[in-house]
Amino acid sequence: MTALPFIFLGGNMKSVITWASYVLVHTPDMVIANGSTQTTERIVNPGSEYLQQLPKHIRSYESALSYPPNRCYIGDITPAELGAMEQPYYENGIENAERFSKFGEIMPQDEFYLLIQACDSFDLVFLEENFVKTTKEKLSKHPLMREDILNRIKDGTSKEEIERFINEEHAEGLYIKGEAVGFVKRAHDVDTNLSAHIMLENLVSKASSVLSLLHTMDKSGVDPSEIEYVIECSEEACGDMNQRGGGNFAKAEAEIAGLLNATGSDLRGFCAAPAHAMVTAASLVKAGTFKHVIVTAGGSTAKLGMNGKDHVKKGLPVLEDMVAGFSILVSRDDGVNPYIDLEHIGRHTVGTGSSPQAVTSSLVLHPLQSANLRIPDIDKYAAEMQNPEITKPAGAGDVPLANFKMIGALAVKEGQLERKELNSFIEKHGMQGWAPTQGHIPSGVPYVGFAREALLSGEIKNAMIVGKGSLFLGRLTNLFDGISFMMLPNKGLEEEKQFDDKKLRLMLADALRKFAQSLGGEGE
Amino acid sequence: MDLENQKRVMEFAEKYGPENLVIILGSAEGEAAGIAAETVTAGDPTFAGPLTGVQLGLRVYHVCEEEIKNEIDPDIYDEQISMMEMVLDIDDIVSEMTAIRDEFCKY
Repeated sequence: MTALPFIFLGGNMKSVITWASYVLVHTPDMVIANGSTQTTERIVNPGSEYLQQLPKHIRSYESALSYPPNRCYIGDITPAELGAMEQPYYENGIENAERFSKFGEIMPQDEFYLLIQACDSFDLVFLEENFVKTTKEKLSKHPLMREDILNRIKDGTSKEEIERFINEEHAEGLYIKGEAVGFVKRAHDVDTNLSAHIMLENLVSKASSVLSLLHTMDKSGVDPSEIEYVIECSEEACGDMNQRGGGNFAKAEAEIAGLLNATGSDLRGFCAAPAHAMVTAASLVKAGTFKHVIVTAGGSTAKLGMNGKDHVKKGLPVLEDMVAGFSILVSRDDGVNPYIDLEHIGRHTVGTGSSPQAVTSSLVLHPLQSANLRIPDIDKYAAEMQNPEITKPAGAGDVPLANFKMIGALAVKEGQLERKELNSFIEKHGMQGWAPTQGHIPSGVPYVGFAREALLSGEIKNAMIVGKGSLFLGRLTNLFDGISFMMLPNKGLEEEKQFDDKKLRLMLADALRKFAQSLGGEGE
Repeated sequence: MDLENQKRVMEFAEKYGPENLVIILGSAEGEAAGIAAETVTAGDPTFAGPLTGVQLGLRVYHVCEEEIKNEIDPDIYDEQISMMEMVLDIDDIVSEMTAIRDEFCKY
């Protein structure tokens, strides 16, 4: 029987990146009150020199605002521009730095406390009367704070009440310059999963993600009512003793962000989660399940000042004073925006092995081989993009550089690059790191917004986003993890082979005729 | 060196005898390798873990050092480590490790 011709109906649906927003919140007091290095130190070594010196190394909002890596994170300067700037960055702040930027903003701590309260639906957050009055006025000037969000801010309470709850009712204090301006209550008297500490962590993650969502909806040009699904990918867990990680930060955040037609769910994968979420979002859109999916995540208070001891010891300011968030909108093909290639996903599998060589091969070499590409064919790689100025003093080296070195070294091993070209490879295909050390935040996704623009302008012809995760931290497996995908330029909807109706009917008629003939032939 | 690994090293030293132990490190940099090496020989220099003030004097090497490389099947070494060899500053690591061994190793 003659084979029927393969009929190409419509197009090969792509998932594009419509917008990426990135926000930072400067949280100097939360470094001291909530950073896990500090909370641990207060238990293990309460009178320590470190705790005494720490307040002297806390930066002002202006300092954090002008800090070049922070400006890069929110899209004010590109990674290439950052790389060309004088170091140390903390001594070379950018002048006339503004709060709002192309991709988002850097919010001050006081307004963030109000946003935390606005995100609370269980009467757990209380703030001091005068503080609320002054700060609510500030926040109401924020271009994206809708009336309904501002209305969720409550009238304030007294200083005495705040002291009482912090000292007697196991509440977590909210501080400005060391003075308590509010507190977060525990949500249950017995259940440790609903402690004030955990409620605060979760509300911070929620609020910073909400802020990113607001920026994405503002700048993407897509109506909020069109968002059907949100995937949240931070590293927090919300639940109670009977369902400890029940979750759905996504839905909670979509609610405050005003995405009335969205549902959502959470995706967990340690630091690799954002990359997993991007692949999942792109797949949902490509399958036609949803037209618009947002991948979003807020930041972590626990990681604030994580490397503080080394920063203080070496005379640096505490650089980990920023809670970060991002939201990326993935949509059905618009013929314009760069798309996520779902045909050549890099996967670190159960059987891959944990040596850096195995990891890099699985995430970079193998997917490229399946696409008939070589490592030097990718214009820009983005793996773990943490700011080396934070990590080097702590003995953890320059992580982005280490990643680019490994990718280049693998190319050398595979005969795709000369050994002597290794340094120029790193220069050409890598970037200066800029992201804050907020766990899942630096993992590949900080570059997505820049990649989108560079692909639109034609500055690059492709990019690879690599997410990596350290699963052992949860003590459930020793396996490593990671996933990668390429971003490619859109060639326009016209590129797709669109058969017109008449041509399609002629093809069908022809095929059926041949089929009928072949049936008739069998009888002879 | 993280506290749990320090605990493990201490337990193995007690269980098998320090003279029967070799610690192999995979640190990415000389400084980090040196601190880990010092931890299992002269004691935790950061005073943070169970090996604080404990002078085990164990034999300790980085996996890229010749002494260890020579013990490994070349094909396996090629598959697992050769890429990282290009990435790491091996001279720096060897120099740090040698200095620590010369000063503190008992075996």
